This record gives sequence, C-alpha cells and structure tokens, in this order.
Amino acid sequence: MGLHGWRLASLIGAALVGGYALATAVSFFLGQLLPVGRSEATLIGHLLGFTFYAVAILWVFAVRRPGKAWLYLSVASIVFSVAGMGLRG
Amino acid sequence: MAQHTTVDDLPKGGFRQCMAWVHTWAGLSFGWLLFFMFVTGTAGYFDTEIDRWMQPELPPAPIGHNVHESASVLLNKAREEAPGAEQWLFTLPVDRNEPYAQLFWRGANTEAGASAERGERLVDLNTGETLQARETGGGQKLYQMHWLLHYTSRAYTDWIVATATLFMFVALITGVIIHRKIFKDFFTFRPRKGQRSWLDAHNVLSVTTLPFQLMITYSGLIFLGFSYMPLIVAANYGADGAGRTEFYGEVFSTPGLTEPAEKSASLIPLTTLIDQAESRWGEGRIRRIDVRHPGDANARIVVSENIDQTIASGAGRLVFDGVSGELLHNAPSASSPAKGVRDAFLGLHEGLFAPPVVRWLYFISGLLGTGMVGTGLILWAVKRRQNAERKRGSAPLGVVLVEKLNVGTVVGLPVGVAAYFWANRLLPVDLATRASWEAHAMFLTWLVMLVHAAIRPRQRAWTEQLVVAALAFSALPILNALTTDRHLVQSLTTGDWVFAGFDLTVLAIGVPLGATAWRMHRAQRKRRIAEESQPSQTQRANLSLGET
Repeated sequence: MGLHGWRLASLIGAALVGGYALATAVSFFLGQLLPVGRSEATLIGHLLGFTFYAVAILWVFAVRRPGKAWLYLSVASIVFSVAGMGLRG
Repeated sequence: MAQHTTVDDLPKGGFRQCMAWVHTWAGLSFGWLLFFMFVTGTAGYFDTEIDRWMQPELPPAPIGHNVHESASVLLNKAREEAPGAEQWLFTLPVDRNEPYAQLFWRGANTEAGASAERGERLVDLNTGETLQARETGGGQKLYQMHWLLHYTSRAYTDWIVATATLFMFVALITGVIIHRKIFKDFFTFRPRKGQRSWLDAHNVLSVTTLPFQLMITYSGLIFLGFSYMPLIVAANYGADGAGRTEFYGEVFSTPGLTEPAEKSASLIPLTTLIDQAESRWGEGRIRRIDVRHPGDANARIVVSENIDQTIASGAGRLVFDGVSGELLHNAPSASSPAKGVRDAFLGLHEGLFAPPVVRWLYFISGLLGTGMVGTGLILWAVKRRQNAERKRGSAPLGVVLVEKLNVGTVVGLPVGVAAYFWANRLLPVDLATRASWEAHAMFLTWLVMLVHAAIRPRQRAWTEQLVVAALAFSALPILNALTTDRHLVQSLTTGDWVFAGFDLTVLAIGVPLGATAWRMHRAQRKRRIAEESQPSQTQRANLSLGET
C-alpha cells in the first residue's frame, strides 16, 4: 500500500509550502554569499529560485515521508534564512 | 481510505515510479490551464500580424521610412494632441514588431487643448493624420491572455499562472527522469494502437521539443518571479513598498530622468540626437524616442535602439538633456551580468528578435508544446478507461470528467479562438465595447463547447467538435473575403503577406482538423458495424479513442 489520504496531502503540502520556503531562503542566502551588490544578489536569487523550488519538490517525493520532509525543509529554511541575515549584517 | 477515490496512491515502488506519479498529477492538475496558455501564447508569436488582420482598414504597414521625417511628423502630432504632457513616446515603424508609427502620451493638459489626459494614436506618416480602424483586442489581447488570463484580477493571476508554470517545469523534469530511451523515442511512433499510440505521440512531441519547452517554461517563471517570490526582494531591501520601489529603481529605471523644473524651456530639435544615435547603432535602427517633460527646463529625451540584433529583451538607450542636447547616459539594458542573463531569458521567451524563419520555428514549437499538453491529458484518460473497463466494465466519474474537459478544451478552446476572429468581422464596427465582446465571444464559445462535451456521448463529442473546429477555421478566409476587400486571391497577387499568411495558416489548421474528424467518423462507423456482427468485440473496440 502506498501513501494516501492525509499523509499524501501532507507530503504535497511539504513539497509546495516547504519547498517554497526553502527556495526563498536558499536564494536569499546565495545572494549574500556572492561578492556582488544588493540588486545583483536579488536578481541572481530570482534567476535560481525556481530551480531550488523544483529540486526541493522532487526531493520530497523521492523521500515519501511527510514528517521527515516537513522537518528537514523547515530546519533548512530557518538555517539558510538566519545565515543570510547574518551575512547581510 | 475513503477520501482517495480520484487520486491514485503515491506508489511504494522505486524512485522512478514516484516520479511518474508526480509527472502524472502535476501535468493533469493544471493541464487545461497550460493548454490554454500554450494556445494563446503560441498565437502570440504572430501578435502584430493578427493585430493587422483584425484591423483590415489599415493600409499595408509602411516599414522602411525616413527617421527624421517620421520623428518630425510624430512631434507635430504630439504638440497638437497632447500639449503639456509628462511624456510623449514615439514608436517608429522599424519592423514587424512595430508595423505603424505610433504616438503615446500621458499626463497631458486638457485645458491647454489636449484631446485626452492619456492616449495613443497610430499615425499616417505621409499625411500626419490619425489612422482610423475598428476597435479590437487584436493579437495583443489574445497573446496577453496566456499570462493575464481574462476576467481575473492581476493579484491572483500571477500566482495562478506561476503555479501552473511551476507544475509544468516539474512535469518536464520528471518526464525526463521517467524516460528510459530518450533517443529511441525520437523515432518511435506506433499509430492506431490505442494507449500505446498516445504515449508515443506524447513522447515524440515532448522529446523533440524538449529544449524549447524547458526554455519557455523556465523563462516564463522568471517573468513571474518578482510576484511569486517577493520575499527575496523583501529580504534584501525591506518588506515595505518603499524597499520594492528602491529595488525596481536600481535595476530597471532609466538613468538621468528627473522631476520637472516647472520652468519652461524649448525642446531641442530631434535631428541632432537622431544623428548621434544612428552614428552609434547604424541607420534606421532607432525604435523609440521617449520625451519626458517636453517644454520644461528639465526635459529628457531617451532614444532606444531596435531589438532585432540581440536575443536579449532590452537594447541600448541614449539619454539626452532635452534642452541642451547633451548626452547624459549611454545605458545598455544589461546593466550587470545577472540583468543580462535575465534579459536573455525574457528575450528568448518573447522571440521579438526572431526573423521570419525563426518566428515560424517558434510558432511550430508552440504548437508542438500544445500537442504535448493535449496528448498528455488524453493519455491520462485513455489509460485509466482501459484499466477500469478491463476491471469492472465502466469508467469511474473522475475519468469521465477528465474526458469531457479534454474534448471541451483540446478542441473546444481552439473553436473559441476561431470565434474571437469571427467576432472581429461580424460585430458592428461602431459597437463601443466591441473589443470586450470579441473576448466574450471566445469564452462563451468555449463554454458552449464544454457544455456540448458534457451532454454528448464521448466519441460523438470528439467528432462533432472536430467538425465545428474544422469549419470555424477553414471558413475564416471566406468570412474575410466577404467582409473586406483583402481576400486571399487579392493578398496573394499583391504580396500582402500578413493577410495571405493569416488566411493560409487558418486553412492549414482547419483542413487537418477536418481530416481527423472524417477519419474518426469512419472508424466509429466501422466499429458500429463490427458491434452488430460480433457483440463480443464491442468492448475492446470502445476502449480506445486512439485507434481512430
């Protein structure tokens, strides 16, 4: 028996919401890491954002465990956001 | 257990099965919207040609002109129509992207004699008169539907369209992952084998145009990025509106523009500025002349280069002081590497640079993409009906629903597009809201086709709608001949390629639709005969639409 019902809905939610959070956080973090100005950092983030989003979505469906997906994506999003904020100063 | 009657379980199997599940559901959930986006977006590669077909009163476009004379005609027109304006924008008829000379203005003073506070006019360069033509949404409204949709607020549209595009991107990646034999599928098509044929067709269409599909999807996402991921801007510039404005200012604003000094000064003649620009870019390569605060001491004139020699969506701009004529800035669009990459993606998406052969390739790639989405939707239903009928003799409600949406959209939407063109010729020319009614005609027709699909038997619905679609497209040249004097014979003999091209293209769409309807009808009749003689074969024959 595969994944179904609420657990499947939770997995889809993790992919869409968690993936979105991670994509935004990583895009922001990457912009701060690179030695470029503020506008350039923002543009680079936008160019790559959807790649991170898609990768995150596929990762969630490869893992197939809603709890794990939510946990990892939340933690990673927070870590990248905080690191980005730290780098921005 | 009970709540998952329509969505399959995510399989327990390997990585590839999971990716297949994602591919199936990402594709299906936004499939009909993506089909709509592909149809209207593909038409957009001939947006200005469709504009011109929809305004048959306009003379053939005067591409090729003397820039000095054109600029002076437009300048006089602006002084007459829009005194005291904040901005006059002159567009020169350089190529198919801008077939007619155009004046746009905003912030004009109606008390000083301006005809409106804001407006635009197509200008006849020989007489200086406004070119009059029927009101229409034209190719512009049609192509804008692929990202503005219609009847929706912009606040939601960007999110809906971006989500659909994201799902498309995910479907493309998972499609590549679940593919075993990418090279072999280039050459594999087994017709008349039901589900297998639909899968082959879906594969061939997707594999051959994969680079185009990836480009168009990812660049589409980049277009919508600022709306869809606003937090990236917010994190860098602050979450309030001011931060956002600051970011846009840094990246997109033209340098050197200022507030008016509220002190009058006469505008410098355009001649020397035009000469300076042409000496940099070459003759006839000025696309736009943008005059800010004409008649003010702080007037600025921005001269922009044509975009036909670069894939990137932007081109060079020269910013002059509008009183002294001093060159203030030479501002390339790609002000930084990231902006350059962004411009290249957006430029590839829009294809404004494309000469005729490349433009046709864009159009055909778009049609194949439309086919990819359409075959994907049909494949979903065919496969499930086969399995369900094998197991319990009938298809579940979800499958029936998808089948009906498929007929009503895959065939019904193109009929709606044809109705958009029919309305352009049949609505009264002086109807005030005729541009809106053209669009209403399109969506009402689509609605009628969906209702038809809902109430007719499945296979009848396909043939009947295909017949309607075939007639709707094939008869457009006749309608054009009856309602204008620019009929196909006339346009072919005089070399009016916009009109000839439109008429021939709709024929090239209509005739195969008719042929498909005919083949389907014949196959259905054969099946009925087989049914009467051998009832046992009925079920198997009914299983698949693909055999037709």
